[in-house]
Amino acid sequence: MLNAVPLPAVLTLAAALFCIGLFGALSRRNLIGVLMGVELMLNAVNINLVAFWRYFEPRYITGQTFAIFIIAVAAAEAAVGLAMVIAVYRHYVTVNADEVDQLRG
Amino acid sequence: MEVVVQVVFGLVALFILVAAAMVVSVRNVIHSALWLIACFFGVGALYLLLEAEFLAVVQVLVYVGAVSVLILFAIMLTRQISGEGVRQLTARWPVVLAIAVLLFATVMAPTLINQQWNVPPAPPLGTPEPIAGPAELGRGFVNEFLIQFQVVGVLLTVALIGAIVIAFEERARRRKVLTLAEELELKRLRERATQTETPEPVEAEPVAREVRPASEG
Repeated sequence: MLNAVPLPAVLTLAAALFCIGLFGALSRRNLIGVLMGVELMLNAVNINLVAFWRYFEPRYITGQTFAIFIIAVAAAEAAVGLAMVIAVYRHYVTVNADEVDQLRG
Repeated sequence: MEVVVQVVFGLVALFILVAAAMVVSVRNVIHSALWLIACFFGVGALYLLLEAEFLAVVQVLVYVGAVSVLILFAIMLTRQISGEGVRQLTARWPVVLAIAVLLFATVMAPTLINQQWNVPPAPPLGTPEPIAGPAELGRGFVNEFLIQFQVVGVLLTVALIGAIVIAFEERARRRKVLTLAEELELKRLRERATQTETPEPVEAEPVAREVRPASEG
């Protein structure tokens, strides 16, 4: 892997995934779609961390540890975010992010 | 050998990117969630390729097993939105697309490709490289990363409690949608009403508990 695929290739893949996730998070009307975009972005960041770990210091565990902590935080974020989506749906009977604008001035 | 790795990496990268593009572009939200699962699998395969086996397993367990099921459940609970024909993107999506593409093409890709990374040379083929595996990871979690490990545990517990509190079923008076049981009862009452007289359009507002005595009386 190290000799065959250069590090910038992996990082570019992660950057592309991040941009696709960014597009999804900003352009989806559905709140669940927004959350899915955020998940894609978190995955892109994780790919970056694992790639840096593998190419620079594979004998230490720091990179993998970071990735695992990010996965845990992403799981917590998904749980709370989806609970909020369900609560928003109960209250507004919609999951469209543009229609939930009670706080708009 | 190197060509094989390159081909596998190319296929995995293509799979990840196509799946991610489908996630953000497909109209049906359920299909979108299924493509998201495919994308998670692709990322797991990439971890395997990068020789982080434990992370690949964690990725499949947590993302494919838990997060995607959570997302699917949330879609099912907020139904009548997954149908085709509903516009899924906001009106400003061309601007967002331009921002994302420009960010990638003008900032990220040139920076990543032109940067001098100074990657340490890989050992020659045949000599095993010392790679930290699950054993070192577990030892790290009980030694140097113990506090962080505990903090993440507390965070997960708090998130669990918070999710339950936020999504807890409120009392019927304050709720605007019906639970599945109430909806079923309402449907049964409506069918009974159509057998006797002309059907009245029943609003989503009244709860089944309040409707029942009126129609039976």
